Amino acid sequence: MATFTLPKNSTVGEGRTYPAPAGAKNVKAFKIYRWDPDAGANPRTDTYEIDLDQCGPMVLDALIKIKNEIDSTLTFRRSCREGICGSCSMNIDGLNTLACLKPIEEVKGDVRINPLPHMPVVKDLVPDLSQIYAQLRSIEPWLKADTPPPPDGERLQSKEERAKLDGLWECILCFCCSTACPSYWWNGDRYLGPAVLLQAYRWIADSRDEATGERLDALEDPFKLYRCHTIMNCTRTCPKGLNPAQAIGEIKKLMVERQG
Amino acid sequence: MSKITDTREAVMVGRRSDGSLVRRPLSPHLQAYDMLQMTSALSITHRITGVVWSVGLVFLVWWLLAAASGEAAFNGVMWFLGSFVGVIGLMGLTAAAWYHTLAGIRHLYWDSGRGFDLPTTYLTGRAVLIGTAALTALTWLIMLIAWI
Repeated sequence: MATFTLPKNSTVGEGRTYPAPAGAKNVKAFKIYRWDPDAGANPRTDTYEIDLDQCGPMVLDALIKIKNEIDSTLTFRRSCREGICGSCSMNIDGLNTLACLKPIEEVKGDVRINPLPHMPVVKDLVPDLSQIYAQLRSIEPWLKADTPPPPDGERLQSKEERAKLDGLWECILCFCCSTACPSYWWNGDRYLGPAVLLQAYRWIADSRDEATGERLDALEDPFKLYRCHTIMNCTRTCPKGLNPAQAIGEIKKLMVERQG
Repeated sequence: MSKITDTREAVMVGRRSDGSLVRRPLSPHLQAYDMLQMTSALSITHRITGVVWSVGLVFLVWWLLAAASGEAAFNGVMWFLGSFVGVIGLMGLTAAAWYHTLAGIRHLYWDSGRGFDLPTTYLTGRAVLIGTAALTALTWLIMLIAWI
């Protein structure tokens, strides 16, 4: 159901301000969403003023600096710091992206940082992803084949067959796209969302997979697939430059084509 | 006990450090997201213009009913549609109809599996906006010439 306002316990209030150190010349304010399950209060926005001359170039550098030097209670996921693990996905300056790939200088004015949109918050910038992981599991993202592989080697693909997987295998499951999709916000209980549908297409498009028919059967549903209205926020926001909207379009096309 | 109608309700419950249950907040969505970016802005406009066009057809029904029921009723409708509010409303309806038509063609293009890359998406999006303005102006130009 589409509810455009936030529930009462989720409205965001003003929080503390941590001013920049005296003498800092190149100051940027980071307005960061905070929620602590132990505090018994609504979420708030804390403002941290950072001296950019003493900070790395990316938003993740600033978050780590804040945690190390200003406020150790700030909670966020991060790991590889080079855009391959997908942990530090969050909403920065109104768009979902990876904090490690987002240069601070690209943001005009204050840097507003929120958790991935329309998700349950575990703490601060950490959303609960169990629903979306369960949806990923539901499309059975692994190779399914009844034919045994050749006894003397692996299942082979032609270069053309392998090329069909380009733009699909690179997905790192950061879920920036799914949480950028208004359709997923309103119907995420039943609509699978762009990230999971791109994964579904990754196996449909794989020449070695023999379950294409079953996979399409499973997706033929007014909600699972067809809540995609080609809004294109997914493609717009993908930090890896992939195109989930196109993958969904290809699935829809296959649905029509197989009806003959 | 209230019934759960949305499976996501299950993950809205978390735990405090002492293990007691706490209701988690929902992270900001419309409140935080850049909704003026072209992708979602054109999409919601497509839906709004569809609704406006459907509701606007009530005026066509009103006009036809009046035409069938007699001169007095018809003159009443024509007076309203010719008034300042009426003309502004009709212009809005024309724009909504053109936008919805052009954006619908854009959707057909997508449905054929083409035009999903971002540059093309922006290009067709701008084409829809410019086309709406141009065709609305042209429609009214033709109408005014025919009227006067």
